[in-house]
Amino acid sequence: MNSFFQLIARHRVLASTLFLAIFPFIMPYEALAINILIFGLFAMGFNLLFGYMGLLSFGHAAFLGIGSYVTGIAIVHYGVPWGAAILVGIIGAAIGGLIMGFLAIRTRGIYFSMVTLALGQIVYYIFYKAESLTGGENGLRGVRVDEFNILGIPVDFLNPLVKYYIILFFVVIAIWLISRILSSPLGAVMEAIRENEKRAAACGFDVARTKLLVFVLSAAICGLAGSLRALHLSIVPIDSLHYLQSGQAVMMSILGGMGTFFGPFIGAAVMLYLEDVVTTFTKHWMAVVGLVFMFFVLFFPKGIWGTILSKLQINQDSK
Amino acid sequence: MNSATTTPILEARHVSKSFGKFKALQDVSTSFMPGTLTAIIGPNGAGKSTFFNVLSGAFPPSSGQILFNGKDITGMQQHEFARIGISKSFQITNVFKQLSVHENVRVAAQMETARYNFLRNAQSYPKPIEIADELLHRVNLEHLRNKKTGDLAHGQQRALEIAMALACNPSLLLLDEPTAGMSPEETLVMMELIRTLASERTVILVEHKMKLIMGLCKRIIVLHHGEFLAEGTPEEIQNNAEVRRVYLGQG
Repeated sequence: MNSFFQLIARHRVLASTLFLAIFPFIMPYEALAINILIFGLFAMGFNLLFGYMGLLSFGHAAFLGIGSYVTGIAIVHYGVPWGAAILVGIIGAAIGGLIMGFLAIRTRGIYFSMVTLALGQIVYYIFYKAESLTGGENGLRGVRVDEFNILGIPVDFLNPLVKYYIILFFVVIAIWLISRILSSPLGAVMEAIRENEKRAAACGFDVARTKLLVFVLSAAICGLAGSLRALHLSIVPIDSLHYLQSGQAVMMSILGGMGTFFGPFIGAAVMLYLEDVVTTFTKHWMAVVGLVFMFFVLFFPKGIWGTILSKLQINQDSK
Repeated sequence: MNSATTTPILEARHVSKSFGKFKALQDVSTSFMPGTLTAIIGPNGAGKSTFFNVLSGAFPPSSGQILFNGKDITGMQQHEFARIGISKSFQITNVFKQLSVHENVRVAAQMETARYNFLRNAQSYPKPIEIADELLHRVNLEHLRNKKTGDLAHGQQRALEIAMALACNPSLLLLDEPTAGMSPEETLVMMELIRTLASERTVILVEHKMKLIMGLCKRIIVLHHGEFLAEGTPEEIQNNAEVRRVYLGQG
């Protein structure tokens, strides 16, 4: 059992790809699988900043929303092909991250969380008011991608399973990128800063610059999640920018295990699956999810994946 | 005679530091020659730590200048100090507790080779790994290299921090009470380490326990109430009437 988990940890990108390839067949229906895919990526991008560098942002809805809106606007108003629309969505979110990060990283702890929350609300308000571009309260409708060709082969984007695999393609690239970042020199500096800012600075690392760089990378990944969500839903609802989305990212990361590679994805899967199951018999699904969340915070503070990892660690030591 | 032997590696000119109305440091001027080992001492509240923090770049002085090899570095940020070759260890141990012992030093050593690259594997740079291996051997922690740093004993964590401070190969090393909280045995080992470090680079250390440094340094600076009180060899300091009054007399 141990060696199985070690194998997964060593080949984390391959393991995620294989698992996600069969994932839609485990789920009750494809749309839920796609939703988990998108929010799993969103939580992973968020976790880069939160779990690995110790910065708790409450404004990450902004990047999910900017990614969605920029992609949506590019398709609806400018007729941009969907691939390029995803790219501009990512770039838009990265620019948003640069601006928000620049303003927020000078603050610490609770102040950082509050500044990001406030900036996220400003972004919400801007998109809410720019009605001619964004559709305001009604959301941006008509983000349609029906059929297209990949290397001459026609692809039906309306087929949910096909849609799943196309979205998975982008998610896997992002997971690969996150894995690269975490094992890179920057990844090591991120963890060093999370552990001890003073020591990291005394070792010659520019803490502010590193924080900004990671903030932008995190925003770009969350932006991709937003772009994919716009394609998936064919509409960009204004609630993409709502601070509840930021809260979801926090909850998913903590539930699955902050600062672990798979944790946020597992957290997203558990939360969204629970939501799906519970809503069939009560609309108060938030209460049930809240109880599950509290149970984990109280008894398994390392989250689902974090707890599994630490149990394995103990087993290894006792051998 | 070349200028390297005549220019101090570090110089403080009329350095003052206030926190609000409290004057922690008042008009302190002194210099440190390359290759020397100097201790800064003084009773509690003498301004040692404030002086140390100003010299090592934790914060700039309220007024006055800091010169490194004759160049004004006043107001430079902490990470810039490390880049030009001034490294330090803290009074309260600062290490990366969740990371392995080896990784602590490896990260510190990667400052020169690859700081922010985010697409290459960190393990593909051999230099920081070699430096970490070598420094862990030097501070006798190589048998604990894969342990989580937070699980180490206090003295071991302090030794690890010295290894981290050395990882950027500084020309000037500042140590703030390196033996704080250590057992007598650990203290002896640390003193021996500092002695060998001083043979290859300039070392400035702040120490509260005066007995420890008497046999170690050739030069001692005494601060009192945030002001420069005296400097000299251990014998001179021990025989200085004023120093005896403010410091040694306290028992």
